[in-house]
Amino acid sequence: MTKPVLPDAEHLLATLTAQMRPHVTAQTGLIGIVTGGAWLAARLHRNLELKVPPGSLDVSFYRDDFQHKGLKHQVAPSAIPFEVEGRDLILVDDVLYTGRTIRAAMNELFDYGRPASIRLAALVDRGGRELPIAAQFIGAALEVPAKYNIHLEQDEQGNLHLVLHPKN
Amino acid sequence: MFLNQNPQLNKNGELHHLLSTEGLPAEILHQILDTSQSFVGVTQREVKKVPLLRGKAIFNLFFEPSTRTRTTFEIAAKRLSADVINLAVDVSSQSKGETVLDTVANLAAMQADMFIVRHSQSGAPHLIARHVGEDIHVINAGDGRHAHPTQGLLDMFTIRHFKKDFRNLRVAIVGDVLHSRVARSQIHALTTLGVPELRVIGPKTLLPSKVDHLGVHVYHDMAKGLKDVDVVMMLRLQNERMQGLFVPSPQEFFKSYGLTADKLALAKPDAIVLHPGPMNRGVEIDSDVADGSQSVILPQVTFGIAIRMAVMSILAGN
Repeated sequence: MTKPVLPDAEHLLATLTAQMRPHVTAQTGLIGIVTGGAWLAARLHRNLELKVPPGSLDVSFYRDDFQHKGLKHQVAPSAIPFEVEGRDLILVDDVLYTGRTIRAAMNELFDYGRPASIRLAALVDRGGRELPIAAQFIGAALEVPAKYNIHLEQDEQGNLHLVLHPKN
Repeated sequence: MFLNQNPQLNKNGELHHLLSTEGLPAEILHQILDTSQSFVGVTQREVKKVPLLRGKAIFNLFFEPSTRTRTTFEIAAKRLSADVINLAVDVSSQSKGETVLDTVANLAAMQADMFIVRHSQSGAPHLIARHVGEDIHVINAGDGRHAHPTQGLLDMFTIRHFKKDFRNLRVAIVGDVLHSRVARSQIHALTTLGVPELRVIGPKTLLPSKVDHLGVHVYHDMAKGLKDVDVVMMLRLQNERMQGLFVPSPQEFFKSYGLTADKLALAKPDAIVLHPGPMNRGVEIDSDVADGSQSVILPQVTFGIAIRMAVMSILAGN
């Protein structure tokens, strides 16, 4: 299969914003999964003019591959600046793939409290699910060959770009 | 030391045991400090636990008695969802003739994943580390006068929390450096982290004879030694480790080397005061300093749990 052409991340962000707008309220809590998801959550928070400040989650302590991979060198502190208990939350991530990161994120969220609901917004859904996880808001569905990794980068001006890397 | 390669690191240069801050590269120290930052957040949540070490068996092997250090390791391990088994290997057990290595071999046969070892003999944790299987990690919780790396690390974390950059600091370590494994761990870590000026303050009888070889400036006059320092690290007078008269009396010690508000005023106005605990009030430190606004002694305890969680997590994942 040939190397896929990547869509413009800023364009996908606009698509995602439009999808989410009818479904958020003044109480909605956005939580971005570091690092790509956290950048997206910050942008969505501004675009959607949400009242509640966005949170960020580092799922390193909840991953299922700790025994194989160990702890990565830069663990960022998770920070959720609002009450999880009883709140409608939207998890935000850049790429939805196997679903394992989202499983870890949900387990971590439940250690903060019992949310009323959790929905998922992903900039890119590349298929390849290994767990029964689905996103409610998707920027684009993309077929990416298994030998590639795809993630989000942010340049000095704060603009977002999707980048492809071969897996090593 | 006795091997070309640091026995604490595996062949990828990752931390495999934590025996001493000596010889640990700055990147590893920073990794531990950065990881600890995340764990501070965990301990402030409703559910103060993460599933990272679920099902791991961590054995507290304390050949020397300790309630505080043992308890903080136990809390840290439980916050990682590990199982903790406490073994106070007391005198009666050793008098039955079982060697340290036999004790360890027996416990390894019970599927231990990690040993946390405190021993009155310097080098005991290193001996144990050389004899356990590849999958077992050893943490030194204090060996003789030699090292107490997790205390050194939590002191570094505390300093970083309040002062941010090590490279701007003047740090003074005060008191019984001779008998202190904590001081040795602090000195190695502070040097590696780039503290430009490190001072030790104490009577000649309580400073090791060649301590200046470690790159520290020696002061016997506390007023001179404390001038303009940013961090004051007090040490406990190690009565139980001393044989023979090193100071005339605790009162004499306090007069010359006790930290009072007047002496602290010679340091920078925003200087912080650390103490590894337990404190001898009125011997090395005055109550109004220990309980005062510049004291960070209680934050040290909180950070100690996060540091131990970080060390156990990093080891278990390598």
